[in-house]
Amino acid sequence: MAYKIIASQCTGCSACEPECPNVAIREKNGVFIIDPKKCTECLGHFDEPQCVAVCPVDLTCVIDNAFPRYVAPA
Amino acid sequence: MQANTEHIGIEKGKPLEQLLEKIADHKGCGTSSDGGKASCGSSDGPADMAPEVWEKVKNHPCYSEEAHHHYARMHVAVAPACNIQCNYCNRKYDCANESRPGVVSEKLTPEQASKKVLAVASAIPQMTVLGIAGPGDPLANPAKTFKTFELIAKTAPDIKLCLSTNGLTLPDHVDTIKAFNVDHVTITINMVDPEVGQHIYPWIYYKNKRYTGIEAARILTERQLLGLEMLTAAGVLAKINSVMIPGINDKHLVEVNKAVKSRGAFLHNIMPLISAPEHGTVFGLNGQRGPSAQELKALQDACEGEMNMMRHCRQCRADAVGLLGEDRSAEFTTEKIDEMSEVVYDAETRKAYQQLVESERLEKVAAKEAALAEMSDDEVSDIKILIAVATKGQGRVNEHFGHATEFQIYEMSSAGSKFVGHRRVDLYCQGGFGEEETLPSVVRAINDCHAVFVAKIGGCPRDELKAAGIDPVDRFAHEFIEESAITYFKEYVAKVRSHEIVHEMRGDADIRQGAYISAA
Repeated sequence: MAYKIIASQCTGCSACEPECPNVAIREKNGVFIIDPKKCTECLGHFDEPQCVAVCPVDLTCVIDNAFPRYVAPA
Repeated sequence: MQANTEHIGIEKGKPLEQLLEKIADHKGCGTSSDGGKASCGSSDGPADMAPEVWEKVKNHPCYSEEAHHHYARMHVAVAPACNIQCNYCNRKYDCANESRPGVVSEKLTPEQASKKVLAVASAIPQMTVLGIAGPGDPLANPAKTFKTFELIAKTAPDIKLCLSTNGLTLPDHVDTIKAFNVDHVTITINMVDPEVGQHIYPWIYYKNKRYTGIEAARILTERQLLGLEMLTAAGVLAKINSVMIPGINDKHLVEVNKAVKSRGAFLHNIMPLISAPEHGTVFGLNGQRGPSAQELKALQDACEGEMNMMRHCRQCRADAVGLLGEDRSAEFTTEKIDEMSEVVYDAETRKAYQQLVESERLEKVAAKEAALAEMSDDEVSDIKILIAVATKGQGRVNEHFGHATEFQIYEMSSAGSKFVGHRRVDLYCQGGFGEEETLPSVVRAINDCHAVFVAKIGGCPRDELKAAGIDPVDRFAHEFIEESAITYFKEYVAKVRSHEIVHEMRGDADIRQGAYISAA
């Protein structure tokens, strides 16, 4: 599973972009999106997902159920 | 980023150490132990300020009350990200009619910002200061902030650079701030006690972790005060902004004032909370009120014996352009800037304008001193009155009552005139016809004043002001404000003495909260 950003809530503030350890976040049409192929839910990097921790709008960076849970490579 | 010493040399030709020593000696400016009040920075000008400090602030509208009549500033919104959440801030919504910090209409890249600065500086020769104030925190966006400074320093080296921060990452950036020759930094410090802070800051993001509650406030205050100490040590002038939140930090701000003064802050700006439900802030939604004009002034007065207080802050937007109190940002949208092919920086016109201002300034100071000198000893009395002034700038009474969107407030006493604040009002006159219903709101905004100075006023508002006990005065039209105010005050005291009038205290006044609709 990866994280996703709910576009209607994103303020486009860019706070998440530089914090992502996987460089999975980029700007698109004024808001930010997460590349699910790159997102590791910050496992192995930080205790909490950085986009969630820094986002000024609660419940905007959320688990994307469309993808299976991220599993760290053995 | 390169330490571009080529184009932004540090204080060219001035021995840096010498300057730093003088600033350090001067810290907290006006700290005389006899409790004497300091006016430097906040009002009169060079009187009790080290020449080096005066040189740094004299053309800075946000640091010198005297300068804000003549010089303009602009903010560029290159820093959208923030690393803390404040209960008085909600950056989710933008509205072109709103004037409050943290609000912008569009964000810019450093390149767009740099072009905009050149365009504005060429169109508005009094624009001397470029600030980065958000809409997030400039130091939570260090790459964008410093890239902008680098570009501007290259093309317009005469423009002063400043920034405003919440201070969380300030200690990490003091060296860079110094290297870019940024000589004014504002830190917003609302508390020095985490017990108080937990009611203002729900969370902070620090070192890859979100902290909440008292721990968040403890980290924030430690970092803010460390950052302030480091700025002082580096010789960078620091102004402290504090938001006065009744019932939460209003009494505590006296402690904050002492804490920042002892760490070398140069100026303290206590601002009223702007809070309305439609802003969508936590405070707005839970009904937290802002202070009244009298509560704000009482706190500012209480702190004034300690250090310089700034009272002319307009709490402007993170993309404001123009003199304080006016906003010309709509003239310089990204669209319009992008349309301009090449912006030629007009350094000559700017220099000529600034020389003209210098001569006007000297004239104004001379006029004030002459009027004060005439105030003979037998006129000394305990009477204090407030006078509201309608002005467009240049330190003159030069605005029509009906066109005023704000009034400047001067406190008059035997000691002379003192600028103590300003009040925003809804435009009374719209298209030539005075709007009856807005007059009461104007009266409420200046209800603590005995008189209002205007360049011109219609018959109807004149009568209503009189009925409210406020004397409408248009005989000083286009004269210097302070000279006129002293003349008026002398006559007022004489009339009280001759029992022609009875001196009475006036009531409290409102601080305007809602969206401000520009006349433009």
